[in-house]
Amino acid sequence: MIAVAKSPSESMELEAEVVAALATVIDPELDQPITDLGFVSSIRIDDAGVTAHLRLPTSFCAPNFAYLMASDAVDALRRVPGVGAVTVLLDDHHDSDKINAGLAANAGYVGTFGNEADQDLDELRRTFQRKAHTAAMERCVMALLRSTGKTIEQLPGLTLWHLPGGPHKDALLRRRTDIGLGIRPEDPVLVDDDGVPVPPDAVPLRLRFAKAVRISVEGNAHFCRGLLATRYDDEPITTRITNTRRKR
Amino acid sequence: MYEKNGEKYYICDAHIALWDARPENQRNIHGKQFIDCFYDYHKNLSPEEVVWDYDTYTYYGEQRLLKDLFEDGYVDHAIFQPAILSDFYKRGFGQTEDALALTRANPGKLTYNHAWDPRHEEAGLEQLRKDADRMGLKGVKLYTAEWNGDSRGWKLDSLWSRRYLEECLKLGIKNIHVHKGPTIRPLDRDAFDVADIDQVATDYTELNFIVEHVGLPRLEDFCWIATQEPNVYGGLAVAMPFIHSRPKYFAQIIGELLYWIGEDRILFSSDYALWTPKWLVEKFVDFEIPADLPEYAPLTIAQKKKILGLNAASLYGLDVPAELRLSMPEPAVAS
Repeated sequence: MIAVAKSPSESMELEAEVVAALATVIDPELDQPITDLGFVSSIRIDDAGVTAHLRLPTSFCAPNFAYLMASDAVDALRRVPGVGAVTVLLDDHHDSDKINAGLAANAGYVGTFGNEADQDLDELRRTFQRKAHTAAMERCVMALLRSTGKTIEQLPGLTLWHLPGGPHKDALLRRRTDIGLGIRPEDPVLVDDDGVPVPPDAVPLRLRFAKAVRISVEGNAHFCRGLLATRYDDEPITTRITNTRRKR
Repeated sequence: MYEKNGEKYYICDAHIALWDARPENQRNIHGKQFIDCFYDYHKNLSPEEVVWDYDTYTYYGEQRLLKDLFEDGYVDHAIFQPAILSDFYKRGFGQTEDALALTRANPGKLTYNHAWDPRHEEAGLEQLRKDADRMGLKGVKLYTAEWNGDSRGWKLDSLWSRRYLEECLKLGIKNIHVHKGPTIRPLDRDAFDVADIDQVATDYTELNFIVEHVGLPRLEDFCWIATQEPNVYGGLAVAMPFIHSRPKYFAQIIGELLYWIGEDRILFSSDYALWTPKWLVEKFVDFEIPADLPEYAPLTIAQKKKILGLNAASLYGLDVPAELRLSMPEPAVAS
């Protein structure tokens, strides 16, 4: 049977899937997709596969985070059906060579950094997933208080059912899922990192701390976006996409 | 001294440097990357009219420092907080001898803080004793993420670090400034993590731990620890310039710090030459909490005076002219 070139629409579909896959990769410290942050500088799709170049706000961005994002990008792209060979390259980082070699060899974090890396990145990832959950919880509760004009004391036993639908709630449910908390309507909103409900008298402090977490996470995102724009001020902070694929 | 609307402010810039990052002093590519990263900070967060050209930024020398701080920048006293970075720069990034000479030539205006590294173990301890004597040290600046051969960082609560802290106690070096901020690579020896501050602040209550960059990018971890440890302070280096580019975020940082650690433990710093103090001082004195952040109380003039200089003066025993001190509160009138 003669191989038939894919129609342009199918190739475009692949392109959209590749972009969507990279959009699932989150900067753990900023809790935002690397695609929104401008960290994906280019995507090249050809008959062999896909190559994505990543960049970061400084050459001194922590290598553990850099590795985490780059390896998550590899995993996300490999899940795209029919994508072919996946190559992810981190540019302009002081550990670019090390990280890129490690990714190409599937060496893992410890395998990439050798004796510098005592343990795998799961705990680091989890730390930031917990922070992201704390910040998302605060956004939901404060939005609810603002819209109802009530105080937190007037909302005893606040459950997920009480939260109005929308992006804040969606974000909270995703963060809860990430750290293994329930998302049933009757599940309490104000919980600690392990899902244990916060006692009523501890709620104000928990919310106050959650606010500091949110401000910290949001502020870091401002900082990193600003630095990235300064560092690449002669380039657009968008993703260059080239797609020459004719067949799968 | 800075004066605005009849109010006079004593200014102590608690974190400055005299650095040399010129290509001839760079040991390797990391030296270039490091100063490039600093320059991006400078360009990104400074008002356009005060941005330096790159070559000036890599080396500005003593005279420019004196002018930017004391002639133009309203600074009454400034404290050197050097990053040595000898793995990146041949003669070091911070210019120890030049800064020390400048301190001696300008009595009362400058304080020189030096650095130690516990990975130098016994030899470093001996060096610290000599340095303390020769340099008249009242403080040190520690860079826990500094590279040293195969090691890319250390913890304040490690065994050798504790021995150095004990030596500081003996030598009267009471102010321990610690870089806990953005950039410079930690690996899983996570140098951003402020947990080691918690350990040593509890164990060495006679030392003051000044967390530079208020723990950014982990402000909340810093606040949580500092709330519980009365000898932990927050240095505003790197947080200050947001006053221009992200005033709302700056207001949130200040608001959170005032809530968690209070007005007596926050120290102004320009982080010169990352930023020059002149515009930071002017903007801070004019700064008001935006109307859309009603959860924070307005900043008072007394709070601004403490943050801009009086708090650091108290830590370093600086002689603040009487007219620049806070007047005692009026006694309550008995009715």
